[in-house]
Amino acid sequence: MSDTPQELRYASTHEWARLEDGVVTVGISDHAQSALGDVVYVELPEIGQPVAAQEEAAVVESVKAASDIYAPVGGSIVATNSILEEAPEIVNEDPYGDGWFFKIEPDDTAELDGLLDAEAYTEACEAEEH
Amino acid sequence: MRQRTALYDEHIKAGAKIVPFAGWDMPLNYGSQIREHRVVREDAGMFDVSHMTVIDITGERSLAYLQRLVAADVARLTSVGQAQYATLLNQAGGIIDDLIAYRNAEGFRLVTNAGTRDKVIAWLRANEEPGVQLVEQALAMISVQGPNAIDKFVAVTGASAVVELKPFSAYDKDAWKIGRTGYTGEDGVEVILPNEEAPGLWRKLLDADVHPAGLAARDTLRLEAGLNLYGQDMTEEFSPLVSNVAWTVHFDPEERDFIGRSALLAQKASGFDQKLTGLVLETKGVMRSDQKVVTQAGEGVVTSGIFSPTLGYSIGLARVPRGATGGCQVEIRSKLLPARIVKPPFVKHGRAVFESR
Repeated sequence: MSDTPQELRYASTHEWARLEDGVVTVGISDHAQSALGDVVYVELPEIGQPVAAQEEAAVVESVKAASDIYAPVGGSIVATNSILEEAPEIVNEDPYGDGWFFKIEPDDTAELDGLLDAEAYTEACEAEEH
Repeated sequence: MRQRTALYDEHIKAGAKIVPFAGWDMPLNYGSQIREHRVVREDAGMFDVSHMTVIDITGERSLAYLQRLVAADVARLTSVGQAQYATLLNQAGGIIDDLIAYRNAEGFRLVTNAGTRDKVIAWLRANEEPGVQLVEQALAMISVQGPNAIDKFVAVTGASAVVELKPFSAYDKDAWKIGRTGYTGEDGVEVILPNEEAPGLWRKLLDADVHPAGLAARDTLRLEAGLNLYGQDMTEEFSPLVSNVAWTVHFDPEERDFIGRSALLAQKASGFDQKLTGLVLETKGVMRSDQKVVTQAGEGVVTSGIFSPTLGYSIGLARVPRGATGGCQVEIRSKLLPARIVKPPFVKHGRAVFESR
């Protein structure tokens, strides 16, 4: 059973978003890291890079496959978790904490309202499995 | 409805992530494929390979039949228990499947892939002749691999004769066929046994700390060992001569007219322009199958690519122009990244075996 914290918002493409002090931190869900398997490589965006909502912003490679990480909201990248470049396994170990990917200064925080809450995301994951 | 092996319940108990594979529900991993990979390199792991196809060939024409069907000369298996890795070719010399042929008292046993089952059986049947009987067996198969695999297997089964068994040979112990073979580059055994006895052996091995390993670890282990996967590194479009398995083709004796022989001889005479070789990525990233390879002799394609858990970087197999050597580039997400052509295998006894980078 995957862990899906209540306080986060989720994209159907399995990213989570946390709004704090006007900045949105983005990572991938526990469900996503489990489906990917051992993460071995992470490619992060450039700081200052503008991103649109649903645009590819990072790449995560597991032993199994490569997956794009999409920006859940539009804005500009203000921080990246460069630790993941040396220790990508943190994505598996702590997907909602130290395993975050990047932070976005959003153009419009209202875009977060278009994302799924924990309950809707869990339902979407279950639907995907059946 | 997908098929389940006799060990399905054991996989669930061990926390397996089950995925569909060649019509079967098979374990992809039991939590971490990297951990499973390391256990096989450092200690002992076990794989359920019961999905593979087992075909027994008997009758007074069984030797002549296989000498015609298989590119390796099975007459070289002069005593019961000897085994040979071989390919099954079509008339054009393309590989229909790879297999292991065991000599047994009544004829031969072939172990072929799960994904090719239907076409292999159809091919064997289409070429059947009087004096040959083909029987597909519904048996379980457990592969125990790793530096401690033999010790642990002997400890739980009492099958001490395994210690003396040479690589690529097998012996029958009651209803079990125990072969010193594998697909990981490590020492180990593959046991073919009745379905009803498989869970018992599995549990005994578990109790001896033999860790279950899934399909995902099997893929990274075989690629580090430089072993081809049928369907990726070998297909019907290519002959063994350009698939890094030319050594499995026996052209002697000359009078043995196996299917595909004339096509291979023609290919040898006219020369061929491709080869299957190893690739090492010289930067971060992971090579995947179908990515483009750019060499000084022309373009090629990655047929298998992984992140190597033992080496800590990406390795792969690729089909490239025959003259390609040394440095090359692999196109990963529209970027050309530096790579190098090397001769597989990549890892032996837990260490890199190609020249250091």
